[in-house]
Amino acid sequence: MHTQPNVLQVDNLNIAAKSSRGALPLVRNVNLELKPGKVLGLIGESGSGKTVTSMALMQLLDQRAMQVQGSIQLNGQELNGLAPKAMRNIRGKEIGFIMQNPMNAFTPVYTIGNQFVETIRTHTGLGKKQAVELAIASLESMNLEEPAKLMKKYPFQLSGGMLQRVMIAISMSLRPAVVIADEPTTALDVTNQLQVLKELDRLRTECGTAILLISHDLGVISQLADEVAVMRRGEIVEQAEVCDLFDRPQHEYTKKLLQARPMFSGNEALSRLVI
Amino acid sequence: MVIYLIKRLFAVVPIILFAIFLMFVLVRLSPVDPAQAYLAASNIHPTEELLAEKRQEFGLDRPLIVQYFQTVADIVRFDFGNSYVTNTPVWQEIATRLPATLQLAFSSILVAIIVSVPLGFLSAVYKNSWLDHFSRLLSYLGASIPQFWLGYVLIFFFAVKLDLFPVEGRGTWQHFVLPSITLSLALIAIYTRLLRASVLEELEETYVLYGRTRGLKEKGIMVKHVLRISISPMLTGLGMNLGKLLTGTIIVEQVFSWPGFGRFFIEAIFNRDIPVIQSYVVLAACLFIVCNLIVDIIQLYLDPRISREGRTQF
Amino acid sequence: MARIRTALKGKWPFAICSGILVVFFLVSILAPWIAPNDPIQVNLALKLMPPSLEYPLGTDQLGRCNLSRLLFGARVSLGFATLIFVASLGIGLVVGTLAGYRGGWIDTLLMRFCDGVMAFPNLVLVLGIVGLLGPGLWQVVVALMMVQWVYYARMIRGMVVSMKEQNFITAARISGSSNWKIIRRHLVPNVLPPIMVMGTLEMGWAIMDISALSFLGLGIQPPTPEWGAMIHEGTSFMRSNPELMLYPGLMILFVVISFNVIGESLSEQFGVKRRY
Repeated sequence: MHTQPNVLQVDNLNIAAKSSRGALPLVRNVNLELKPGKVLGLIGESGSGKTVTSMALMQLLDQRAMQVQGSIQLNGQELNGLAPKAMRNIRGKEIGFIMQNPMNAFTPVYTIGNQFVETIRTHTGLGKKQAVELAIASLESMNLEEPAKLMKKYPFQLSGGMLQRVMIAISMSLRPAVVIADEPTTALDVTNQLQVLKELDRLRTECGTAILLISHDLGVISQLADEVAVMRRGEIVEQAEVCDLFDRPQHEYTKKLLQARPMFSGNEALSRLVI
Repeated sequence: MVIYLIKRLFAVVPIILFAIFLMFVLVRLSPVDPAQAYLAASNIHPTEELLAEKRQEFGLDRPLIVQYFQTVADIVRFDFGNSYVTNTPVWQEIATRLPATLQLAFSSILVAIIVSVPLGFLSAVYKNSWLDHFSRLLSYLGASIPQFWLGYVLIFFFAVKLDLFPVEGRGTWQHFVLPSITLSLALIAIYTRLLRASVLEELEETYVLYGRTRGLKEKGIMVKHVLRISISPMLTGLGMNLGKLLTGTIIVEQVFSWPGFGRFFIEAIFNRDIPVIQSYVVLAACLFIVCNLIVDIIQLYLDPRISREGRTQF
Repeated sequence: MARIRTALKGKWPFAICSGILVVFFLVSILAPWIAPNDPIQVNLALKLMPPSLEYPLGTDQLGRCNLSRLLFGARVSLGFATLIFVASLGIGLVVGTLAGYRGGWIDTLLMRFCDGVMAFPNLVLVLGIVGLLGPGLWQVVVALMMVQWVYYARMIRGMVVSMKEQNFITAARISGSSNWKIIRRHLVPNVLPPIMVMGTLEMGWAIMDISALSFLGLGIQPPTPEWGAMIHEGTSFMRSNPELMLYPGLMILFVVISFNVIGESLSEQFGVKRRY
């Protein structure tokens, strides 16, 4: 087992909200490691601090309201405290982000193509025509039909599943080292879920992208993740390889989570129903 | 979209008809006798015979329903009757004077937009900064200052004391400055608040966050995405506040002796020149309605959601 | 009432403006007793004098005391604005409740009528009515009333209609409460906040309209002191005595701004949407 350098290295991450009553801790002593081509799942209930952590990784927390302490290293470069302009260059290009609610993520008055090309041209020096070609190629690789036509559509004309895949396409077109997927399947129905997960999987195998998969859905995590971290009230209570975690949970909280597993998630449950 | 337009045009017609009806009723109810008013304005001593003759001429002896439809028919043909005072067709008077009013209105809207768009936008982006507080103060002032007083105050400071601009009348571009500022302040007050409110709302939206995660330039997100969407409610407000603009022209034209239709209207009121009064009010209503329609159309262009999905609630 | 107190906490603009309005209202009521001189007494020998002990703000072009005229002007503006508010609210209440409660063709007819009136820009219709009724104070008041009530009627009708269906009305009905009791107990408290918001703003606009009409010469007839008319007279003396035109304008400004600030604070507090 050769040790590859970690793409994303988070050490001692502490996030606190500034208030008149002092600093209220939201996330405490979080340590995460992401290796290229690997998927780290982050499970937790809502309010456990998952989204705040992901926002901190992207340096998108409001500095006036939040205090972020600790080290966040992307390929050796320290992100915490990095100058805004430099960080902006990293967002999108080195770290991709897939949002939870694809229906609202796109600006309603511009076409998909317009927003795609905008993203590409912000980070590369490509001309308009080349950017469009790159976009179409990306959409095609996501197995989206008629990509050229798709470019001309408005966000409200597409379904959640398609928008989600467009988001992945946008991320991928820039070949980021890391992709943070925040509840990528929560807003989708089962068929779309499978498709999105398939694409994410392809991402890491074909492009070697590391993925931080945030979800409260155990089925999703079990399908895709290599390692899993369980988050509760701002702290990581357990971290292990996916099989170990599911078969031999150590922490009380993890055990409770696994017992409360909803019936209808992932292929497993479905196959059990089919007689 | 064409179907939508046609539907809207059809909806507008009954309102216009009702406006004409309302005017019709008011004229009939008023204690002013058109025949008498006409004779008085023409400086002819009213005798019983002359009055009866005039009444017949105006069709006042025919049944009310007939009179109403006659009025509607006239209006459709743009026959607004003759002014009691000048005895020329009203539409001719309108044609002479309206351009001046339109010019004034247009330049005021221009000033209002030029000031309120950046002001409203920046007030939202830099919420609670000194600029925000300043724009808030300006809005309150603009909504509370009596326009005629503002006009005179501006005249006092800039025309009388500093002699920078002419005191009244219309002619060079300098003549436009003070009246446009006076007229635009009330509009600035409203548009700035509207834009600020809608920008603040949009800033909370997910697509702003997503734009940031994609590494888009903050300025780009603000202007290209947020502003574009926020302008829409402001345009709606623009259409709805054209009424204020119209009443403003009446007052401002008085203050600055601007030779427009508004001033003519006031003269007509003093002269009991009923055809002119009638036409102005009905025209004002029509203008109001038409402008709302135009604003709707512009909105359709700006926000494709409406045209393709049917009306959407904002 | 407790909610008004919460609105006051830490919001000094609201407090200041309420104070201003209270002062103005008191002044308008007490004017005959606190004014130093008779506002309409002409004394040409004393015209255009600077401030003195006897005439604290000087005199105007006819030798009348400026301060007294301003104080009595408050009486006119605030008095008539209140009258218009009460009257148009009354009419609006009656029409709105009738339309909302009865529904059917009465409702449609009345609301179409309101739509028609609202199709006109406010002041234009008022001017048109004044034009047909003739200039004069009462004509102005009637015209303003006729144009204001439709907004109240519409709003109240909307509330009545939405409340008609709600459960607690049905419950009250079942338990045998009479129509009157329902109206008083349930309708009134819900309708009060938006009315207060609308009312404060409308009062400000009414004062502006009254002064605008008087300025145009269509409202208050001389020698009654009224701020708008005073401005009109003062403009002739702009170069020599600008204060004649400035003081009354400032009065209007302070009063209307106060109404607007209070109206906005109340609308924030009660969550009422402004109609733009």
